[in-house]
Amino acid sequence: MRFRHAKLLLLVALGLSLLVSLGADRIDAYVLFVLYNIGIYIILAVSLNLINGYTGQFSLGHAGFMAVGGYTAAVITNQFGALNPFASGALFFGALLAGGLLAAVAGLLVGLPTLRLKGDYLAIVTLGFGEIIRVIFQNMDRVGGARGLSVMHGYTNFFWTFGMAAVTVYVVTALVHSTYGRGFIAVRDDEIAAEAMGINTTKYKVTAFVVGAFFAGIAGGLYAHSTQFLTPGGFNFMQSIAIVVMVILGGMGNTPGVILAAILLTLLPEGLRWMAGVEHLPGIAKMHPLGWIGDTRMIIYSLLLIVLMLTRPQGLFIWRRKFRNAPP
Amino acid sequence: MTATATIENDLLKAERLTIRFGGLTAVSNLDLLIRRNELVGLIGPNGAGKTTVFNLITGVYQPAEGEILFDGQSVVGSKPYRITARGIARTFQNIRLFSSLSVFDNVRTVFHLHLRGDVRHALWRGRAFLDEEKSIADRVVELLEIFHLEKLRDAPAKSLSYGDQRRLEIVRALAAQPKLLLLDEPAAGMNANEKTDLMRLIQFIKDRFRISVLLVEHDMQVVMGICERIVVLDYGVKIAEGTPDEVRKNPKVVAAYLGD
Ligand SMILES: Nc1ncnc2c1ncn2[C@@H]1O[C@H](COP(=O)(O)OP(=O)(O)OP(=O)(O)O)[C@@H](O)[C@H]1O
Ligand SMILES: [Mg+2]
Repeated sequence: MRFRHAKLLLLVALGLSLLVSLGADRIDAYVLFVLYNIGIYIILAVSLNLINGYTGQFSLGHAGFMAVGGYTAAVITNQFGALNPFASGALFFGALLAGGLLAAVAGLLVGLPTLRLKGDYLAIVTLGFGEIIRVIFQNMDRVGGARGLSVMHGYTNFFWTFGMAAVTVYVVTALVHSTYGRGFIAVRDDEIAAEAMGINTTKYKVTAFVVGAFFAGIAGGLYAHSTQFLTPGGFNFMQSIAIVVMVILGGMGNTPGVILAAILLTLLPEGLRWMAGVEHLPGIAKMHPLGWIGDTRMIIYSLLLIVLMLTRPQGLFIWRRKFRNAPP
Repeated sequence: MTATATIENDLLKAERLTIRFGGLTAVSNLDLLIRRNELVGLIGPNGAGKTTVFNLITGVYQPAEGEILFDGQSVVGSKPYRITARGIARTFQNIRLFSSLSVFDNVRTVFHLHLRGDVRHALWRGRAFLDEEKSIADRVVELLEIFHLEKLRDAPAKSLSYGDQRRLEIVRALAAQPKLLLLDEPAAGMNANEKTDLMRLIQFIKDRFRISVLLVEHDMQVVMGICERIVVLDYGVKIAEGTPDEVRKNPKVVAAYLGD
């Protein structure tokens, strides 16, 4: 059985995140900001991979769950003034959890009625759901509507970002690497056979949606307290597609590949900016992480997808294991 | 034999089972009885309704009329996964394995039915979890060995030969620890020798696990060899039932197969 020292690895990852976090004032603010984005996209991509990759449900609603978590956490922390580090840590953790839980509830609400739908239909409905969430926030004056919401505290740090990323990877991997969790893959491979083998396929699909949405909500909270400014537009369907591309690029149901894809695709726009010789502008980057490159990113992603689908439909980072005794 | 003893000896009892697809009555007024630890053959020409009977018993289709009692209780209206949990497992005529999962994992997945721990165990990964996974692994290997598939345990199911895939499907169904095993043309595509081997194996698992088997097979010769009782369907109607000898001599059966 692989994944043996899982809990130990998780503790090591948490310890390392804390260590780096303590020395973070020595790291350039821009580099730190990009690192946070990497952590946030790892959470988003790995959690979506549970839904789209392992369970085989094509969801395009991840930005919607992220928005629910982001706005929830921001509204909570905005109620408080300056706090000592301990209290602020507790507050932030609580706010992240609340955002995750509310996103999970949203996942349940979308999941239950839509999971009868397959493939393209599910994609369209989840995409519609994401857009509805966005429009709701856009029309909610309480959170600034289309003007956006200022987030007072920049609580996101290295520990929370990569600690949460480690927890996400742990949870998804632990789930899938168990007798219970092989059911997710069974549902993806053949739903009729899964049902005939005693697997409650609806329950598995809803579970994938709820767990995936929970972590998307956490990522939203981290994002909110990193950029310190939320606009509904930041959670549009391009955001969902960006996460889907990471999952496809990494290889559906291949967590290490998906992590790698999340890192590369987060760095890509930064690299392009560097190649173009543009000085990085922390102010702009802060308000629109990745987004500033806008249409260019869209073109790059589209091209990437097309090239990928033509050349490596199984994903870029799938390593085929060799099977002894396997017949040709 | 007393009346109660008879009922207790009945594992599956279907009465007046009927299903229609548009204008076509695929199964019509079918009575079917399977006793405990009995191997029953279900035969009939193409399109006779054999697979449809499986789909009715396993809850894939709902009968328009009729009742299905399993262990004395109705299974009509239950979801397929619940029916499996109650003790009916099946294979598919057109193989339906979990193609990307390994041979081992195809069988292992089914053991979730008998898990004592739940999701929290998988997340916490404590002693209880590791012990349970270990005992599941042992039982999976034990089942694979019966069908000589243990050497292929890490190969993805889709890489297996046709015959191995069919046998893996039987192992996977056995992992559900069913009381009744439904096999839909398990020997399809095999040569005569492989067929004989498989039929012996089916007889062996029936005795070893003390289960009942309902076996669909196209080839009359194959079924005749091992079944205690045979039910013959034609155009959704039961045209004969009895021991292999009785069925073989039945003029209706001869006509149905010759007309095929
Ligand atoms: N879902 C369905 N919709 C419409 N017609 C169906 C459906 N399922 C089965 N039928 C029809 O019901 C009849 C019985 O089909 P079934 O598959 O049960 O036959 P079978 O005895 O298993 O045949 P074979 O030996 O070819 O497997 C056929 O005429 C088939 O076309
Ligand atoms: Mg059939």
